[in-house]
Amino acid sequence: MADLTYSHTPPKGSFGKLILRWILYILLALFALYYLMPLFVMVTTSLKSLEEIRTGSLIALPREITFDAWKTAWSGACTGIQCEGLQPYFWNSVLLAVPAVALSTLIGALNGYVIAQWQFRGANLIFSLMLFGCFIPFQVVLLPMARLLGMMGLAGSIPGLVFVHVIYGIGFTTLFFRNYYVSIPAELVKAAKVDGANFFRIFWSIFLPLSLPIIVVTVIWQFTQIWNDFLFGVSFSQAGTQPITVALNNIVNSTTGVKEYNVDMAAAIIAALPTLFVYVFAGKYFIRGLTAGSVKG
Amino acid sequence: MTEWLENQLPKMVLAPSFIAVLVFVYGFIGWTAWVSLTRSKLLPKYELKGFVQYDKLFASPRWDTAFGNLFTFGILFIVIAMVLGLVLAIMLDQKIRVEGAIRTIYLYPMALSMIVTGTAWKWILNPGLGIEATVRGWGFENFSFDWVVNPDFAIYTIVIAAVWQSSGFVMALFLAGLRSVDEEIIKAAQVDGIPTWRIYSSIIIPSMAPIFLSAFIVLAHLAIKSFDLVIALTGGGPGYSTDLPATYMYAMAFSRGDIGQAASSAMIMMAVVFTIVVPYLYSELRAKNHG
Repeated sequence: MADLTYSHTPPKGSFGKLILRWILYILLALFALYYLMPLFVMVTTSLKSLEEIRTGSLIALPREITFDAWKTAWSGACTGIQCEGLQPYFWNSVLLAVPAVALSTLIGALNGYVIAQWQFRGANLIFSLMLFGCFIPFQVVLLPMARLLGMMGLAGSIPGLVFVHVIYGIGFTTLFFRNYYVSIPAELVKAAKVDGANFFRIFWSIFLPLSLPIIVVTVIWQFTQIWNDFLFGVSFSQAGTQPITVALNNIVNSTTGVKEYNVDMAAAIIAALPTLFVYVFAGKYFIRGLTAGSVKG
Repeated sequence: MTEWLENQLPKMVLAPSFIAVLVFVYGFIGWTAWVSLTRSKLLPKYELKGFVQYDKLFASPRWDTAFGNLFTFGILFIVIAMVLGLVLAIMLDQKIRVEGAIRTIYLYPMALSMIVTGTAWKWILNPGLGIEATVRGWGFENFSFDWVVNPDFAIYTIVIAAVWQSSGFVMALFLAGLRSVDEEIIKAAQVDGIPTWRIYSSIIIPSMAPIFLSAFIVLAHLAIKSFDLVIALTGGGPGYSTDLPATYMYAMAFSRGDIGQAASSAMIMMAVVFTIVVPYLYSELRAKNHG
């Protein structure tokens, strides 16, 4: 912290520049506080007793730390008539996200491989059509999808939700892999073909081993999307199969009994932990997915 | 025979996804468009009746509020998030020492579910125990900040929470853009003694036009799709004051049992997205194919 004026192109060390530098750092710190404040408030509120919340201040640290709210949020809070906490819904989300992420990533990898390296007439049109599918407001497919799931006997089930997430995820996953594979020289495929390798062999032995970074980006992107999804979850689930975001909303907006703010906050943090965890430990890939998904698509 | 099969294999691999997109995206849009032209209520009917649903939609005060809110919310959200994102990116571009850590802090809200964001802000903005009570506790007895329960101001709380969630992402986009500007030009300008603010306003920012467009598209898209945040933060209330087209559509589809209204409101959302995204996608794909 001693060398605040550190810079690659050292500014002329005038006093005015130093002051400006300080102002800059103070502003940056204030913004950091602004972004951190809600998280801070959530954590401290979740560790307070209801009594302390009513009498104390929003931004005060807890006088007495208690984990009761966390216990209630995990295994006792009411989502409507049931009072089992978030626990079953957390596992619902896991059961939903794991197959949906795996399937949509695999399909996206194969699609991207075809579109980038096995061009045929119409492949670009197909790609454009898929790309546009990423942008539709999902409201426009909710009604027919609800009917279709009903006809298929998947209404209100986790496999039904997996199906929906895979279908509407492949646009993005295809985009990710296509943009990654397009930079691999076509000569590679040609040479492999000369050596007698077939379509799947080339994918399996040449492309997949090169794909680790884009697989990580895609898995993180899909996981974040699916874990945080609410619209599909609330539209296509029923009591017992709801994902965690729907259960969280039910806990927070249930009108029965005393409003337990500490439980609400603990529940919100529990719902946020998996994606926050991914962000903290693989932030680089998370950001790459965000920018790839927006700049290129 | 095997050679033929080998040649068809790429098409066969892509075919299921292609069919899925045709049916579940385009076919479903077609279904919704069709039903929006019928008198469907609780169950879909397929007899076309013209634009009755759209007439009803535009005559509905609730839709009027929802559609108006989309513009109030959308414009404020996009403008504030872009300005804030740009300012943060420029500040972070000054060879800041702990840039990585600061960036991580600014961007983490993007990893959260909108439901989590809504829950957190609902608590912070709650007049009885949140910011209002805290500031009053500091001795400012007349301080009032009850936007979240005030029908005239509740929509602005959605803006506050949405900006908090997305501005860090805009910052990341702009920062990447700032970094991609040719160093040589900037150095040349510095040698010529051009002040930093002029370098930004006349050289760097104009060269980032494509990034502004991308950021705009992403934010506009987020604004139109906003659903979870409203549900978690205000539930569309007080009254219908924070309804957006997305919540209107959901209410019609799943609690009012009015499929016709749900379909027609979804089609309007689609049309809004269309007018924003299609020109962009078209220019992107053209640029890609021609260069």
